[in-house]
Amino acid sequence: MEKKWEEMSADEKQEAQFQKLLAPKDPEGNDLKFQSPEAEAAYAGRINRLKDAIQMKRPPDRVPVALFPSMFPYTYAGMTVEEAMYDYEKCVAGYKKFVLDFEPDITMGAAGPGPGKFYEILDYKLYSWPGHGVAPEHSYQCNEGEYMKAEEYDLLLADPSFYFRNFYLPRVFGKLAPWSMLPPLTGILEMYGVAFNFIPFGLPPVQEAYKALFEAGAEALKWAMAVGGIDVEMASLGFPGIFGGFSKAPFDVLGDTLRGTKGIMLDMYRQPDKVLKAVEALTPIMIGLGLGAAQQTGKPFIFMPLHKGADGFLSDEQYKRFYWPTFKQVMLGLIEGGCIPLPAAEGGYNTRLKYLTELPKGKTLWMFDQTDMAAAKETVGETLCLLGNVPSSLLKLGTPDDIRDCVKKLIDTAGEGGGYVMGNGAFFDEAKPENVKAMVDVTREYGVYG
Amino acid sequence: MAEELARLLADLKEAEALAYVEKALEQGRDPLDLLAGAKEGMAIVGERFADSDYFIPDLVFSGEILKRIVALLEPHLKTRGESKKIGKVVMGTVKGDIHDIGKDLVVFMLDVSGFEVTDLGIDVPIQKFVDALKETGSTVVGLSGFLTLAFDAMKETVEAIREAGLRDDVKIMIGGGQIDEQVRRFTGADAYGKDAIEAVALARRWIGG
Repeated sequence: MEKKWEEMSADEKQEAQFQKLLAPKDPEGNDLKFQSPEAEAAYAGRINRLKDAIQMKRPPDRVPVALFPSMFPYTYAGMTVEEAMYDYEKCVAGYKKFVLDFEPDITMGAAGPGPGKFYEILDYKLYSWPGHGVAPEHSYQCNEGEYMKAEEYDLLLADPSFYFRNFYLPRVFGKLAPWSMLPPLTGILEMYGVAFNFIPFGLPPVQEAYKALFEAGAEALKWAMAVGGIDVEMASLGFPGIFGGFSKAPFDVLGDTLRGTKGIMLDMYRQPDKVLKAVEALTPIMIGLGLGAAQQTGKPFIFMPLHKGADGFLSDEQYKRFYWPTFKQVMLGLIEGGCIPLPAAEGGYNTRLKYLTELPKGKTLWMFDQTDMAAAKETVGETLCLLGNVPSSLLKLGTPDDIRDCVKKLIDTAGEGGGYVMGNGAFFDEAKPENVKAMVDVTREYGVYG
Repeated sequence: MAEELARLLADLKEAEALAYVEKALEQGRDPLDLLAGAKEGMAIVGERFADSDYFIPDLVFSGEILKRIVALLEPHLKTRGESKKIGKVVMGTVKGDIHDIGKDLVVFMLDVSGFEVTDLGIDVPIQKFVDALKETGSTVVGLSGFLTLAFDAMKETVEAIREAGLRDDVKIMIGGGQIDEQVRRFTGADAYGKDAIEAVALARRWIGG
């Protein structure tokens, strides 16, 4: 008899998730119809290759190769970033061309550019994007700021959802500014006076905000249909989508977009206890975010972009105190739920490797940007699967021969005995197509095990 | 006397450092002397950063403490901006890139190290760098950029400086997330630095001081 999900061990859950990936469904819930027997075999081959690399019980048939670009697929297909963000059909067509031309084992789907119109409808202030602060051909970029004030920790701690709705979201979405007038839901208790709580919903600015929200929701749905549709189509062609959702290290939640880089750095000195309480409060929320997304999408890989824990951004002592404990808890919570955290360590992570040995073996996939891969293999090669390290500078400025040397060296060091996925180190917008091609082709030819 | 302030600042004792300054001013101490102490403190912070005892949060926090010390001293300083500067540097994040954290750190460290910095901000048009070099007579320019698109913008900026006939008189340094030796060669810059302290070291080497 099949075990119930909640009775399964983390190992069994992970295995079940891989089996689910190996038996993909179409949007109606029927078995996915592959476009050819070759596509079906390639699909299974790619999942199994990745599974072996991650679990590290045996080496895969060859080193899997991942392409995790930022805007490259779209510029490569001859469109501007602005077009990719506003014309969803064009965006997914560009993505398809990218996958078919380069044939990576894993990639990230077409959700990267995001729906430009949606951001416009809600007047998103956290980022600048083509036509809204950056040129049509350039990628969107974050506007650093203190979207949460230094004195607001207690508000965040008391009720994070209330804080996000009434303080954070009104600041990052211009059109949701009237949400600052909304009542706390936890005040809706008795018949007497209950209607008072709903008065704000009758106010014109709040009603305007909701109108914008309905419009934004419709736009998001339109975009999601295009992006989700291409995912299914690519799977039927043999290219699996593996990403189930995203989560973050609690310290990055605070440091990236709530308090900002400078804010969080000052808080560590001026109000360290508040920072610690906040990262603890955010921990179950970040676990829930990943698990919920995985459940919704049916895919176990949870992407975690890492920022403020990189070499230099914190001292060892600060990392150990403020960053690592709750980051580790989030990963363990995700693993417990059958997910595979995929942290992307931007910058260098050399001084943090020693902490990663505390993770359970065969449960995480780590994308490294400028980390010394030989050292990583030595320190955490028995614990986790490594991914990446081909530099953005080389992809853009080097030659296919440079790429060949780099790829071979990575396979010889990081790839020894398995536990490695070839890939770029940072999310790139620009690269020479022949270099990207060389990265995949050399891996296929040189990365074969046994 | 000023050593005490230098020590408090270097050890990132914000409350103590500010209390020290307030008390010293009450006692009629020379604000210039206190300013010198604060600068000495920042120099120690820089050394500790270079030795990897301090990290970016320490730099940022020391900068905040310094800002507050200067705010206390300012009303007591009869002449401002009189302290001698070592040399002039132009800084900016190149065209198309709006990242400012790295650039701001470099500007800050150059400033506390005694350079007169012209900060052009982010997404700086190429011509603006050329104009700023002409206007200020700076002999060092720093180009910052986080994205791969910055490589081209840096190269174009270096070329524009050359076309303006300034290349022989100006040293160019670049820095940012994905910058390495290969990018330096591509852009034609003179050097790249991996952090703010290296930027200061480069400026010192080129300008002296």
